Amino acid sequence: SGEMTLPPVKYGAVAAAVPPTNLPRGCRWSSASALSVKERIDHKRKTALCGGGQHRIDAQHKKGKLTARERVELLLDPESFVESDMFVEHRCSDFGMEQDGNKFPGDSVVTGRGRINGRLVYVFSQDFTVFGGSLSGAHAQKICKIMDQAMMVGAPVIGLNDSGGARIQEGVESLAGYADIFLRNVMASGVVPQISLIMGPCAGGAVYSPALTDFTFMVKDTSYLFITGPDVVKSVTNEDVTQEELGGAKTHTTVSGVAHHAFEDDVEALLNVREFFNFLPLSNQDAAPIRECHDRSDRLVHSLDTIVPFETTKAYDMLDIVHATVDESDFFEIMPNYAKNIVVGFARMNGRTVGIVGNQPKVASGCLDINSSVKGARFVRFCDAFNIPIITFVDVPGFLPGTAQEYGGIIRHGAKLLYAFAEATVPKITVITRKAYGGAYDVMSSKHLRGDVNYAWPTAEVAVMGAKGAVQIIFRGKENQAEAEAEYVEKFANPFPAALRGFVDDIIEPSTTRRRICRDLEVLASKKQLNPWKKHANIPL
Amino acid sequence: LLKIEAALNTFHHKLCCCCFSSPRLFLPHQVMKTCHKMGIQTVAVHSDVDASAVHVKMANEAVCVGPAPTSKSYLNMDAIMDAVRATGAQAVHPGYGFLSENKEFAKRLAAEGVAFIGPDTYALQAMGDKIESKLIAKAATVNTIPGYDGVVKTVEEAVKISQDIGYPVMIKASAGGGGKGMRIAWNDEETREGFRFSSQEAASSFGDDRLLIEKFIDNPRHIEIQVLADKHGNALWLNERECSIQRRNQKVVEEAPSTFLDAATRRAMGEQAVQLAKAVQYSSAGTVEFLVDSNKNFYFLEMNTRLQVEHPITECITGLDLVEQMIRVAKGYKLQHKQEDIPINGWAIESRVYAEDPYKSFGLPSIGRLSRYQEPLNLSNVRVDSGIQEGSDISIYYDPMISKLVTYGATRAEALASMEDALDNYVIRGVTHNISLLREIITHPRFISGDISTNFLPEVYPDGFKGHQLEADSRRELLAAAAALHITAQLRSQRRAPSVATRCPCVKVEVDGQWNLASPLLPLAINGTHRMLQCLSRDASGKIVLQYLGTSFKVRVLSKLAAQLNSYMPEKVPEDTSSLLRSPMPGAVVTVSVKPGDSVAEGQEICVIEAMKMQNSLTAARQAKVKSVHCKPGETVGEGDLLVELE
Repeated sequence: SGEMTLPPVKYGAVAAAVPPTNLPRGCRWSSASALSVKERIDHKRKTALCGGGQHRIDAQHKKGKLTARERVELLLDPESFVESDMFVEHRCSDFGMEQDGNKFPGDSVVTGRGRINGRLVYVFSQDFTVFGGSLSGAHAQKICKIMDQAMMVGAPVIGLNDSGGARIQEGVESLAGYADIFLRNVMASGVVPQISLIMGPCAGGAVYSPALTDFTFMVKDTSYLFITGPDVVKSVTNEDVTQEELGGAKTHTTVSGVAHHAFEDDVEALLNVREFFNFLPLSNQDAAPIRECHDRSDRLVHSLDTIVPFETTKAYDMLDIVHATVDESDFFEIMPNYAKNIVVGFARMNGRTVGIVGNQPKVASGCLDINSSVKGARFVRFCDAFNIPIITFVDVPGFLPGTAQEYGGIIRHGAKLLYAFAEATVPKITVITRKAYGGAYDVMSSKHLRGDVNYAWPTAEVAVMGAKGAVQIIFRGKENQAEAEAEYVEKFANPFPAALRGFVDDIIEPSTTRRRICRDLEVLASKKQLNPWKKHANIPL
Repeated sequence: LLKIEAALNTFHHKLCCCCFSSPRLFLPHQVMKTCHKMGIQTVAVHSDVDASAVHVKMANEAVCVGPAPTSKSYLNMDAIMDAVRATGAQAVHPGYGFLSENKEFAKRLAAEGVAFIGPDTYALQAMGDKIESKLIAKAATVNTIPGYDGVVKTVEEAVKISQDIGYPVMIKASAGGGGKGMRIAWNDEETREGFRFSSQEAASSFGDDRLLIEKFIDNPRHIEIQVLADKHGNALWLNERECSIQRRNQKVVEEAPSTFLDAATRRAMGEQAVQLAKAVQYSSAGTVEFLVDSNKNFYFLEMNTRLQVEHPITECITGLDLVEQMIRVAKGYKLQHKQEDIPINGWAIESRVYAEDPYKSFGLPSIGRLSRYQEPLNLSNVRVDSGIQEGSDISIYYDPMISKLVTYGATRAEALASMEDALDNYVIRGVTHNISLLREIITHPRFISGDISTNFLPEVYPDGFKGHQLEADSRRELLAAAAALHITAQLRSQRRAPSVATRCPCVKVEVDGQWNLASPLLPLAINGTHRMLQCLSRDASGKIVLQYLGTSFKVRVLSKLAAQLNSYMPEKVPEDTSSLLRSPMPGAVVTVSVKPGDSVAEGQEICVIEAMKMQNSLTAARQAKVKSVHCKPGETVGEGDLLVELE
């Protein structure tokens, strides 16, 4: 009897599974030692539940942050969390790390699976109270384990990031750990949805895991994402910048486009991620989920009949159309504050999840530019990967001209959106509300890119360009420009040229839009379309 | 503008009714209903922003008379005359506001042989001028208010006159009505300010900056008599309307009959009103407004030579269709009724539903698009006169009225109960509205007991209107409703395709199974009491905004765990705005009185914003130096836009 010392586990693929090797072969544990093991199990579990200890938990709370475990508890359905690797400890023996006081059962991350509204999800939650949530080999291995399982069973992975970075004491093992996670992020991409919620620092190489996932959400004021922090920035480029300015939620949701949404605080963020999760299928083998719908699918939306102003130069809010059309005005907008000239997000039609893409006439006339193209493209590809039908509302005057855009590579970036719409094989329904000019018309889920159902409102104008510009070219230097302009408007500023050629399937009363889309989606639910075999496509990155 | 192809008995004329009405075109709507009932064809005139308004759709023909600003459209006589000619209209119904009491307009119509549905030009002229109308009233032995009868030309003259009459005095636009260009002054300084503002407003609204000053009767009731006269010298009084509930001299809640008048006073007022109508050879429907003091002394205020906004309540209690009567009179028919035929049947209440924020001075205009709009027409004894529909824009160009909500009952209590229901069932989204204020007024003990005056609002809410104040019971009701709503939504998320096992322990709460999460209305039974709540918004983190007893309340519903964890969440500090002067409403900047570097004293005027034809002076909240100015005259600003920054 007495305390048995387990040998320190130094390395190994599944460290926790290594049996204690110093036990005599064939020795049955006595009841006394069994009791001792049980006590030790209890002790370890208790210790694991305390993370880095009460004072560090208090410090975490003081910062307005929840602990790793509190977050998991709030994110998942009550009592649904099944933890794995609670006994895993780090394997570092340098710099005094091997001492007992520096070992924490579970190390600096909590992993496992659970349910959100009854649906399976895998979760990891980095524990800032243990070594600042730094990533050790063991930490990475715990994450990799649940990711592998998630892919095998086909369930999404949600990562709650709150980590100071690599475990410097472990050196290259920590770097290897990051790479192991990155590899799995890439392998899981398009297989199961991956969501990152940044709830504290996430710096250096660590940022690439969220960047590889499908959605990155942040918590305002307490989360940061950057490659190098303000100190390094100062020493290298002599720029003075605060953490918040460099990589806070505002920066990434408005300027860089790295994050997709920011929430006020931990509680709001977690509850909203639960809601967001309701929209997603569990994997690429799963159909978009259907929620019980209280909003009549044949509801006529009269307000849409008057939403497009008479003056073609006057703006209106595309979000008004989206809110009026979808179930219960319930629209989860992705990147609401970035590249606002395009609106993307999730909604439901007759209970079924759909992806919405819309040009926003209120911002920059709804033109396509570099940022909006990239924003739209990534969203469209997510929907296509996960069987979510795409509904596109078109009011686009064209691509934004100018040197800034050309030098920035609008050709390359605009091509991404074109590419994404063209390759998508999910049901695609398009509604042209007003302008569909030039190449941008082609791009916006046009009939030519395999749009399944393309509608035009009576206010639609499908043309190469606006009347003024067109007349200046056709009748260059001639008189009677005004007359020619009127003729052009009469000929082209209406839905007929497109409808005559079958480029739109029908010209519909705006109020019937919801009813039609709901009906079409029902039919298209069994749509099957395959792209030619390829190793993978080569999107113009 | 309404054009009428008439099939009225023998007359197969083509009538044209032109209905411009300031308060968002309700009247045209109603005039057209009546015309169609009478077999008359109609033409609507509209400004280009109103091209899809309801009255335009109802009309047989429609003519656009100009762009949004009223001076270029509904006040543009040339354009309207052109429209009349082009459509061959034979009569014009002028609605209310705009040209409805304009004698020039009536003259021009008469010159072309087009009937003006309203009194003839003499009466228009006599009653359209406040000074002249008062003289005529005096001559007709109608009680009048002591005051100065004459045009006031300068500020100093205004001050002297005011001193002679004795404060308080009321300064108003000679040509105006409806509270526009009207200011009350209690001292010389206020007289100066009032003179300036009233004359500016009068100029912008009526193109006529003449003013008059008279004794202001403190704490009065505003009670008006509806009259109806034909071209044969017959006139009737159709009982009174009590319009005492006002804010900034504009009516908010009206009722007929009044709780205050006894039969003798009613008769005396009615007879004086008829005397006045006869004195000006009035024909058509008109309204004689009186101020009534606490001793039931009444004073003639003015005569409105048009249909009033609040005419429906008179129709409710008398059973007459006033529009129909006006058209008959215009055609030259004799009145169908005698004075003894005019009954008071039951009680009618009208609430003016405005697109206004009642938390700011009982109502500052708000604009927006009606993203959702549902009138409580599912209820019985409810009438809603509106000219808008879901999707309509409430723009800065016209009065911010959304509708006239009228309820009727055999007794006042019944009418009030219906009004309460109607307000709870009224769904308005996209603009801020005054339902909360209306509901508080009609449920206030003073209103219920009939103890009201034109000072009701400032007296009852001396610190401004703050919405319904919750008590322990109602607070519990609200929270229970919010929690039930949240849980209903949560539970729904857990019900999905059977292929996914749902094993989560569900919270056990009894929730009415009828709940429809897509509906804006939430009919609930809370502790056995039926309540109509409205869900204004809700999100996944349990933030719910409910309209309960008329007022919207923010509620947060959290699970026990989330609530416990939420205690760790930091309070987010909102931006310090004390040094920022923001526009309280959307509108146009009229003047900016400061420039960067100026020192301003507390209360000093910084700029003037005009919205919906009201001028609002914005003043400095404290003594400070002006740091920067972000607006210039003529510019259009939105609600919350930064105008001036102080140091």
